[in-house]
Amino acid sequence: MGNRAGGGPLIRLQLKVLRDMANIVHAEGAAAAAGQAPVLSINNIEVIYDHVILVLKGVSLDVPQGGITALLGANGAGKTTTLKAVSNLLKAERGQVTKGSITFKGERVDTLNPNDLVRRGCIQVMEGRHCFGHLSVEENLLTGAFTRKDGQAAIANDLEMVYNYFPRLRERRNSQAGYTSGGEQQMCAIGRALMSKPTTILLDEPSMGLAPQLVEEIFEIVKALNDNEGVSFLLAEQNTNIALRYAKYGYILENGRVVMDGEAQALRDNEDVKEFYLGVSGENRRSFRNVKAYKRRKRWLA
Amino acid sequence: MDILYNIFIDPFVQMGNAPDFLLQVLWSGFVGGTLYSLIALGFVLIFKASGVFNFAQGIMVVFAALTLVGLYNLGLPAWLALIATIGVMALLAIGVERVVLRKLVNQPDIILFMATIGLTYFLIGLGESIFGGEPKKMITEELGLPSGSTSFEPFGGLVIIEHLDVAAVVMAIVLVTGLAIFFNKTRIGRALRAVADDHQAALSVGISLNQIWAIVWFAAGIVALATGIMWGAKSDVSFALQIVALKALPVLIIGGFTSIPGAIIGGLIIGFGEKLFEIYWGSLLGSGVEGWFAYVIALIFLLFRPQGLFGEKIIERI
Repeated sequence: MGNRAGGGPLIRLQLKVLRDMANIVHAEGAAAAAGQAPVLSINNIEVIYDHVILVLKGVSLDVPQGGITALLGANGAGKTTTLKAVSNLLKAERGQVTKGSITFKGERVDTLNPNDLVRRGCIQVMEGRHCFGHLSVEENLLTGAFTRKDGQAAIANDLEMVYNYFPRLRERRNSQAGYTSGGEQQMCAIGRALMSKPTTILLDEPSMGLAPQLVEEIFEIVKALNDNEGVSFLLAEQNTNIALRYAKYGYILENGRVVMDGEAQALRDNEDVKEFYLGVSGENRRSFRNVKAYKRRKRWLA
Repeated sequence: MDILYNIFIDPFVQMGNAPDFLLQVLWSGFVGGTLYSLIALGFVLIFKASGVFNFAQGIMVVFAALTLVGLYNLGLPAWLALIATIGVMALLAIGVERVVLRKLVNQPDIILFMATIGLTYFLIGLGESIFGGEPKKMITEELGLPSGSTSFEPFGGLVIIEHLDVAAVVMAIVLVTGLAIFFNKTRIGRALRAVADDHQAALSVGISLNQIWAIVWFAAGIVALATGIMWGAKSDVSFALQIVALKALPVLIIGGFTSIPGAIIGGLIIGFGEKLFEIYWGSLLGSGVEGWFAYVIALIFLLFRPQGLFGEKIIERI
């Protein structure tokens, strides 16, 4: 690690200051783009697993109220860790936010329990769905309402709403969730999160292991939820293509750092994103020799 | 030939000749079975919610019974002692959650298992230093449990049914029904099953593991208290009782670690099985069959149906 970073301590410090400034500018950019104060903002957090493994090295991002924000990157870039840092699920995996802060609706939330955060309206849909296999689909949905105190009628009402968004769940309501298809499980997981009446959903890799048409279906529902219910989404995805079609703003994470961010449209038009994330390039494929140039550029960005 | 006759014919001839005695044996097997079921139930509760085999369940039975008798001997009226004991079990549950489970969240199962062994010795020491090591009499009458017996005369013979045994069976049925309703119909019960399925996902939807664990250990504590009262009334309240609790292990292997109906059926199988075997086949193998019968049955189950009769199938989609 030390070798790669290079430069003396002074230079590194200067770089860090620059990066922090850049982060602040980014944050303002995203909020301004939505025209509102961000509902969730992450300020320069660092996450360490098991006291030694540094996974996030200063990530900052903003999720505007009522927007869909994409968090993109390859395997191991730190997308899931970022989401778990927000939802406070890190502690159960011996991870820790060691620097920076996370604010949700203007309050710091990095010391809360996961259930406190759910109560405040921010819930995570975990990667790989994680339905309760031995519970029926309906029971799964009802567990989502665990933190609610507003009575049976309101919960029944929301159950109906979830069934309206996901008609397939209504058909399968009495089957054991473990025996439903992958798409139905993803719907079940999103529906379960909706039952907590969230204002913000942290959606981790909804496209994982699903057929393209199902992915499309699920993203359509996410968009509908965003439009009709005003739920804000922070969406971690590897499928850059579809994520940038539905998101309004995007951040690209590499090796635990935000290397690029911007309006979804701008990111889609960016040459580097096109080449390295969308798999299309301009007129002719570049030779691999030029990858070096990109790496240099990447380091500069980082 | 003699051997075959003794194994396959003679016992049934005996049963046919003395049907009243057979009834008596079946009844005592049934009572023993319900008590085994009760102990197994305590294990199942905790295993379902936290995936831990709670080695301390046996000592919790003893500890609950000792506390009850000890508080009564201090001069509390029986009903107050009972309520206070329930309170002590609640405190124990909260304490275990705070001091042991919370610190060990997401550690490998074996570490949690070791922690429950540690808890066992802690409770033995605590119980002995507070209440002393000598056996005590359970306060059966003071708690309003019936004594005496009723005799029937079916088939011209004699069957004696002790009222205490009837009370034990009724209590077991009430507890099990109560727990089943709690698990399947209530919000907390649903959360308990959710935690049993997937800890992480339960955390992510806002279920507080700490709260759930405390509740589960409390429920197991109540079951332990009921078991302790019943076993204590049949023998004495002493630390030897925890050996009986180990019988729950074969019960669980037969019934499945995650199933409440399994715990009940498994308990009954062991209860009936060991009594019948002891009385009618025991003489062939020398006596003392009751001691190991359950473990042999469990071994056979491990060979042919390791998840038990009602164990949760591992759901695998293909």
